[in-house]
Amino acid sequence: MPAQSSVGRLRQGLIPLAAAATATLLFAEPAAADWISPERGGSPNADAIHSLYMILLVVGLIVFFAVEGLLLYTLWKFKASRGHEAKQIHGNTKLEIGWTGGAAVLVVILAIVSFAKLGEIRNPPNSDPAGFRVAAIAEDPGTNQKLPPNKQGLHIKVTGYQYGWRYTYDDGNPATQDPYTYRDLYAPTQTTVLLSITSSDVIHSWWIPELGGKFDAVDGFNNWTWFKIPADKAGVSFRGQCAELCGRNHANMTASVKALTPSEFDAWLTAKRTELDQSAKDAAAQRAVVEAGKELK
Amino acid sequence: MAAADVTTTKTTEQTLPKVPLLTAHSVEQEVTGWRSWVLTTDHKKIGIMYIVAALVFFVLGGVEALLIRLQLGTPDNTLLDPQTYNAMFTMHGTTMVFLFVIPIMAGFGNYFAPLQIGARDMAFPKLNGLSFWFYMAGGVVFYSSLFFGAPEAAWTTYAPLSDDAYTPGFGTDAWIFLVHLTGISSLVGAVNFVVTIANMRAPGMGWGRMPIFVWTILIYSVMLIIALPVIAVGATLLLTDRHFGTNFYDVTGGGDPLLWQHLFWFFGHPEVYIMIIPGFGIISEVLPVFSRKPIFGYKAVAAATASIAFLGTLVWAHHMFTTPSPTAVLVFFMIGSFLIGVPTGVKIFNWIFTLYQGAIEFKTPLLFAVGFLSMFLIGGISGIVLATFPIDWQLHDSYFVVAHFHYVLVGGAMFSIASGIYYWYPKMTGRMMSETLGKWSFWFMFVGFNITFLIQHSLGLDGMPRRIYEYGDIGNWGTWNLISTIGSFVLGIGLLLSFINGYRSLKNGAIAGPDPWRGNTLEWFIPSPPPVNNFDVVPTVRSVEPLKDIRQEVASRSGAAEAAPEPAAH
Ligand code: HEM
Ligand SMILES: [Cu+2]
Ligand SMILES: [Cu+2]
Repeated sequence: MPAQSSVGRLRQGLIPLAAAATATLLFAEPAAADWISPERGGSPNADAIHSLYMILLVVGLIVFFAVEGLLLYTLWKFKASRGHEAKQIHGNTKLEIGWTGGAAVLVVILAIVSFAKLGEIRNPPNSDPAGFRVAAIAEDPGTNQKLPPNKQGLHIKVTGYQYGWRYTYDDGNPATQDPYTYRDLYAPTQTTVLLSITSSDVIHSWWIPELGGKFDAVDGFNNWTWFKIPADKAGVSFRGQCAELCGRNHANMTASVKALTPSEFDAWLTAKRTELDQSAKDAAAQRAVVEAGKELK
Repeated sequence: MAAADVTTTKTTEQTLPKVPLLTAHSVEQEVTGWRSWVLTTDHKKIGIMYIVAALVFFVLGGVEALLIRLQLGTPDNTLLDPQTYNAMFTMHGTTMVFLFVIPIMAGFGNYFAPLQIGARDMAFPKLNGLSFWFYMAGGVVFYSSLFFGAPEAAWTTYAPLSDDAYTPGFGTDAWIFLVHLTGISSLVGAVNFVVTIANMRAPGMGWGRMPIFVWTILIYSVMLIIALPVIAVGATLLLTDRHFGTNFYDVTGGGDPLLWQHLFWFFGHPEVYIMIIPGFGIISEVLPVFSRKPIFGYKAVAAATASIAFLGTLVWAHHMFTTPSPTAVLVFFMIGSFLIGVPTGVKIFNWIFTLYQGAIEFKTPLLFAVGFLSMFLIGGISGIVLATFPIDWQLHDSYFVVAHFHYVLVGGAMFSIASGIYYWYPKMTGRMMSETLGKWSFWFMFVGFNITFLIQHSLGLDGMPRRIYEYGDIGNWGTWNLISTIGSFVLGIGLLLSFINGYRSLKNGAIAGPDPWRGNTLEWFIPSPPPVNNFDVVPTVRSVEPLKDIRQEVASRSGAAEAAPEPAAH
């Protein structure tokens, strides 16, 4: 068939085109990373998602340039005003099997790459020795919880509500009430922080882009994820906001994660606990007064 | 079936003998004026009513979109309050899906599927009318909520936000009724399409000679029949949760909020294909006609469409990657979604190779079809990116997703609809639309669309969630949103030009004649607009392109004299 030769020529033209596109992209990456790729830098899982995305982006751009290039070439080359006749071809089985196979191979490659990256994204590592001292974490069966190899980490419970976030810091002491904060989550660097995310009303979604992906907060479910902030990010505040429509004030349901050095965090936690103990004592004292008043009557 | 039309047969020719050839007990007077539309059971009139009504809803949805974009044009804008903003995107999304794309495809299907298979009407003409009026009822009930409190829980209406505890008032109920009414409309219509296509094809038109557009209407119908009952159940459970004290979606009463998401997306994902597959059909008609070449790989295109439909019903939970779900489930839905990339890629190549080695005429329908190809590709690529669930963890419910599905629904479905309108307008009205205005419209739309939505990928990558009525002055958000808003008005101008074009050409357009584009399918065999009974004689079909065969036959009989192409009016 005469179709073959020009198709062949076309293929030869596309390979350099695709190569050029890839090269441009790879060189352009560091400079342009802020508008063509997801946020990263606050945690290894965010970094791994970023690199997986970059692989897909490169493949996607090659496909994009190849196909759009072929389309534009076809439009330019075969416009009727050039005065040639349309070739009455009904198909070409070899070609068709070729691109079906090609697409299938591409898809398999993408699946393999995704699986290769999955562990890094999904499974939390151990805390660094220099990190905040962490306790063993109880297993939460029937959920998507993943634990670090040594099964230790700092567990923080994240509860979404209309319209805010509450964080409960599991201090490993079941006897006392756990410290808690709203909106601002304080976290030690170099420490594996495991989040169990839930809601007390409608569905919300926890998302701090630089610390990795988002996870929905659903009443009645624990949705687990983790982050581990590198040492050099101490003092940084990572911003984020609710990512699931939760009502009229959804836009203002912001959150931030403030990274502290392990010792700063230790001090902060102790202060929080003292504060809590103090207010518990105050409350008890007040209750005693009220009770006493009742008895008087 | 078609023979039942005894009463409308006209016997005006003087040569007839003065003996009655037919006896009828009564002759119905021909209805004229508005009643001829309201009472009609003619598939062509019903088709036009669908198309016009859908375009009216499209204008409403478009105005809502522009209000959304105006609000987002600058950081901390106060044009719309949060309640109005939520109502606007809820109504916009719902309108575009339920009241614009699905019904306009039903409109094209109604008008052209019977013509393309050489039928005189749909199998059940009265049901066909019923179907249209259920659609109108759905639209009217939904829009009446503007006066009673509009819905604000998004077109996905997730429980428990949509429960009466969090969203009391009429709005969400109106949404539920819209789902039920348009659902009945589509179900009835779908059954009608399936029966018509299965039973009423012209002699010689086996399954392998059916135009691709008819294939896609068939697949669209089958998918509606599979998907709609599920959302009908889901919405009914929501209604009883809201008003009759049940707890299907309420965790505190033993229900499960994720049940809603499963039911919704079991319908919602196929819905996306329901919206785009007839568009595939339109493209598959337009590309061969304007490149003067048969479709490349007819069987592959039909089979790829069917397999997209099949896989499309198995991937619903790729919308639920961020819910608390086991990794194995996520993997299954990721792989399923990847697989859809294969038949989609096949189709894109088949379309490009339909153009390849053709003699391409750059008429407006072709421009929109090519626009579709180039932008649907982008939506397909970003779709694969989103199907990779760890990446979706970053991008889900962000502006990246908004960009992705507008590339599919506007760059894809809407451009295919524009292509279809420019292509078939001469058949429906008997007049051509202006090519000059059409081309201006195309370029405004193409450029405006890409300005609006390309930049939204970056917004999502930079952490901007969707469905937020305001944002602070963070990074580049302000600039990028402003660009997007400007683009949406350029797109709006493009659309306006086409509306003006369509309106003016009704009176001023050049007379089209039966076959202005030298089409391949049977609708071009008959006058424009076609007579009530469509075909006086139904030709025997010998290939996928019966009209090309007829033209060649005529040419060979009348010698070389005919070889010159008809002057395509502009
Ligand atoms: C004509 C130009 C259009 C513009 C400028 C536009 C713009 C927008 C904007 C700004 C949003 C809000 C995003 C958010 O807040 O999350 C949106 C949402 C949406 N749009 Fe469009 N849109 C257009 C056409 C369409 C069409 C043709 C469809 C087709 C079916 C469509 C379907 C949707 C859907 C389903 C949503 C989601 C609504 C929701 O979040 O509940 N849009 N659009
Ligand atoms: Cu929210
Ligand atoms: Cu989907």
